[in-house]
Amino acid sequence: MNFVFRDKRISGLLAVVPANEGNFLDEMQNFNFPKNRSLKLKEVMGYDKHRLVESGVCVSDLAVFGLRQLIDRRLLDPADIDALILVTQSPDLLMPPTSSIIQGRLGLKHDMFCLDINQGCAGYVVGLLQAFLLLEQPAVRKVVLVNADVLSRKTSPKDRNSFPLIGDAASISVIERAGDDSVIHANLKMDGTRCEALMIPAGGMRLPSTSATAVLEDVGDGNLRAKDHLRMDGSAVFNFVQTEVPPMIESLLGAAGTPIAAVDWFLFHQPNRFMLQKLADKMQIDHLKMPSNVVEHFGNSSGVTIPMAIAFNLSPRILTERFRVCLAGFGVGLTWGSMLLSLGAMNFCELIDYPNSAEP
Amino acid sequence: MKPSTAAATLAALLQEIRPEHDFTASRDFIGEGLLDSFDMITLVATLDKAYGISITGVDIVPEHFRNLDSIAALLRKYTVAP
Repeated sequence: MNFVFRDKRISGLLAVVPANEGNFLDEMQNFNFPKNRSLKLKEVMGYDKHRLVESGVCVSDLAVFGLRQLIDRRLLDPADIDALILVTQSPDLLMPPTSSIIQGRLGLKHDMFCLDINQGCAGYVVGLLQAFLLLEQPAVRKVVLVNADVLSRKTSPKDRNSFPLIGDAASISVIERAGDDSVIHANLKMDGTRCEALMIPAGGMRLPSTSATAVLEDVGDGNLRAKDHLRMDGSAVFNFVQTEVPPMIESLLGAAGTPIAAVDWFLFHQPNRFMLQKLADKMQIDHLKMPSNVVEHFGNSSGVTIPMAIAFNLSPRILTERFRVCLAGFGVGLTWGSMLLSLGAMNFCELIDYPNSAEP
Repeated sequence: MKPSTAAATLAALLQEIRPEHDFTASRDFIGEGLLDSFDMITLVATLDKAYGISITGVDIVPEHFRNLDSIAALLRKYTVAP
């Protein structure tokens, strides 16, 4: 499905990562693999450091911390927030919506729209689409889009397929009208027949969490995982990405009449370095134009990796310069989406730490 | 039977990844557990570097890494010989 929007912009971006850092070299001992195999994977996949929340830290904690920073520093007036969209796969509770929890904790006005969206690695594109759609309404002038996940709490530390790359993070994007004739092109596709490629089997109504679903099982390749944990069919996901993403980008750029060379940055979801470099090679995109450094510094925080790639790689230049960027997200659902837009002249764009509990 | 030079080259690369296995003695590396999906990725990175190629993502599927012959056939697709 193709979308075209006019007069919309991302006016500010804040990424929040837990100060608590895990290190692959320290964690290797948890995996039932020879050291040399793990070290080879570190080199190829970009496994290195990842940021992990401490026990008990939830999505709303990261979001409220970041939003309070913006409000306290007068970068965001809470009275201006007409909509709060939260994209997460790891809500604080099954009910109520975590966006309502955030609204309540911040004491935001009642005359606003709060919405949770259950999306993952394509969640930044999906969230932006929803924000742009809301801004078509005259009553909505400013939308806060929060992407946040704490999936390390649902990932087995003894699952080498998932744990080394998982990261926790939140991002806060402020979306408003651009006041110009700028055009944004986007597309989105979904295939629910492949939904089991990425899932957490237990914890919902279909299979409630019990002591049995918490038991670690040998799932092959030396990995131990419970039904309460994130399960990823790595081969299926890899092939999905390599098959679906290049034609999606070709279609997006074709619809916009924009050649690859005219795009300054390809800011894609970052599952691992290898997957991104294979995508870049397939699409003949210079690796320097497609940063793959978020996963090695912070881990894969699903829908947050795109805003983190912006903050980590383009700040502070993005405060004064303007870039033509292509965003792409792909993952749970399965869902894949992309967007071509102009990014720049932001009011703020930075990455901050969520302090550890022992810190003041 | 002594393996060909090409097969021996590939087997040596594979043994750097999984030194505990004899890759000349198997016809089904995946089915017999000699390589898992992460080993395939490590092997692709190794082959890319060794031969100066970039094996396309859609080619990174088990059937291309089942045995020495299938890996050699994949490399020929990229116009290189092991």
